[in-house]
Amino acid sequence: MEYLKAFIVGGLICVIGQIILDTTKLTPAHILVIFLTSGVFLGGIGVYEPLVKFGGAGATVPISGFGYALSKGAIEGAKTKGVIGAFSGGLEATAGGIAAAILFGYIMSIVSDPKTK
Amino acid sequence: MDKMNKKDYQKYAETKVPKPTYFKNIMYAFLVGGGICTLGQIIRNSLFKFGLDEKAVATGTSIILIFIGAFLTGIGVYDKIGKVGGAGAAIPITGFANSIVSPAMEFKREGYIFGVAARMFSIAGPVLVYGTGSSIIVGLLYLIFKKGR
Amino acid sequence: MGSQTVKMENTVSIIGTASIVGPKEGDGPLKTYFDMILEDDLWGQESFEKAESKIQEESIKLAIANANLSPQDIEFLFSGDLLNQITSSSYTARQMEIPYFGLYGACSTMTESLSLGAMIIDGGFANNVVCATSSHFSSAERQFRFPLEYGSQRNFSSQWTVTGAGATVLSSTGNGPYITYITTGKILDLGIKDASNMGGAMAPAAIHTISQHFKDTGYTPEDYDLIITGDLGLVGKKILLDLMRKDGYDLSKNYSDCGIKIFDGVEQDTHAGGSGCGCAATVFNGYIYKEMMKGNLNRVLLVATGALHSPIMTFQGESIPGIAHAVTIDNLFS
Repeated sequence: MEYLKAFIVGGLICVIGQIILDTTKLTPAHILVIFLTSGVFLGGIGVYEPLVKFGGAGATVPISGFGYALSKGAIEGAKTKGVIGAFSGGLEATAGGIAAAILFGYIMSIVSDPKTK
Repeated sequence: MDKMNKKDYQKYAETKVPKPTYFKNIMYAFLVGGGICTLGQIIRNSLFKFGLDEKAVATGTSIILIFIGAFLTGIGVYDKIGKVGGAGAAIPITGFANSIVSPAMEFKREGYIFGVAARMFSIAGPVLVYGTGSSIIVGLLYLIFKKGR
Repeated sequence: MGSQTVKMENTVSIIGTASIVGPKEGDGPLKTYFDMILEDDLWGQESFEKAESKIQEESIKLAIANANLSPQDIEFLFSGDLLNQITSSSYTARQMEIPYFGLYGACSTMTESLSLGAMIIDGGFANNVVCATSSHFSSAERQFRFPLEYGSQRNFSSQWTVTGAGATVLSSTGNGPYITYITTGKILDLGIKDASNMGGAMAPAAIHTISQHFKDTGYTPEDYDLIITGDLGLVGKKILLDLMRKDGYDLSKNYSDCGIKIFDGVEQDTHAGGSGCGCAATVFNGYIYKEMMKGNLNRVLLVATGALHSPIMTFQGESIPGIAHAVTIDNLFS
């Protein structure tokens, strides 16, 4: 059951992005930034949390989930360490993912070449 | 054509562009995006079974999905997924990995310092800048509103 | 003649051509017309830019050989490409050791180089010149758009940059086909900002140049066996035919576009068609020249079209300026 919820929630979030892509002049880069910052602010005001509880990975895997993780981390950092925590909290919470992206990106560039299309 | 002004021409040119296959795009975005998220759910549940706590599971799921995105980009498959899935491939965190790995691979020819390392974030940079920046603002706003109570 | 056209007083003949294309183009409808089809679009080189340079170099050497000349006989080389600092052409010219004029006309470079080459011969400044240009899908993508492995979706107005190079040897002596008229284009920018709709951005320039050509020379569309643009693609073609008809010129019987001819849009999934300097170059030096030599085409108006934007200006919110240069190629000199 939770797999179905993840599928639907994640699918719908992507559908919203696809509709924006197809009907406006916005590019994927715009969409990623919009979804990301929406996740940050919706997370900040507590609206994204229920979506995560319901949709699980369907809410955390999209880039809006990354924004949610950033804001949750920033708030926790602010709670425990005040202003310094507000600065460091977001990156602290998402550090693993960012570090992984950097490392895997580097390794893949050593190992593979872009293919002719 | 000399009688057409700029605005009229732009509107006119728009009408000559074939419209996207809306239904097909939306359907594939739903399927691909939903599929990737379901995969994430499977990974989450598996990590819980290993006894990890919520924070570790969240980070671990991200890392594994990022690896999958990076790997599929490396073997030249993710761009095909993106062509079909559109937003369904770009919005999940695997798309984030693709946007970092693809420039890293592409600019290898300019060397590992000025190519790979310097250009790696040419697409994902905005995500990091706006994400980090807005999270700091949220954290600071939290402090302001908490103190205000 | 008129405001933008010049007529050649002396014979300027095409005496040799060459066209080399990549695998995808070699799989398309015009495959039997190209001199060489590459199996590997890197051609054993370390980068796409070096590969593009090699493709251009080999096409120039092949054209000169086809003209029964050697590089020492060539007095000027006119060439250009899409890359920053016209890198491919510059490094090619380094290899060729021919006095070199580097040009940037984006995808209009083929006719820009033919125009200048013809004028320099007609003016008595040279007897033999080479006009060349090239483009490469991968080197263009990494400069103008996205890394190759990036998973973006292309919309239906976008075009596929051709991997290929074409070269033409022009001479003051020869039996044709001849370059007889040159209409040099002005830049037209009607405010299209969408870099994935090049056809829409360049169509106004093509319309203006072709109309001006007719006004300056007094010829009409029926006087040509073929009027062919460089890379307006399916979207640009619709716009051109429609707006030309509204101005009183019916091109529907003998109009075509190199970008539409070079790929099978459906089978090869190239959306609006091919584009790039190499598009007009390979279609002209391969298909059009060979059909003219056979006598299937006798009078052709070649109008290569270029989009003169840069990624930086697009980010700055500027629109895309277009230009189109027209050259009349005729089996008879008059």
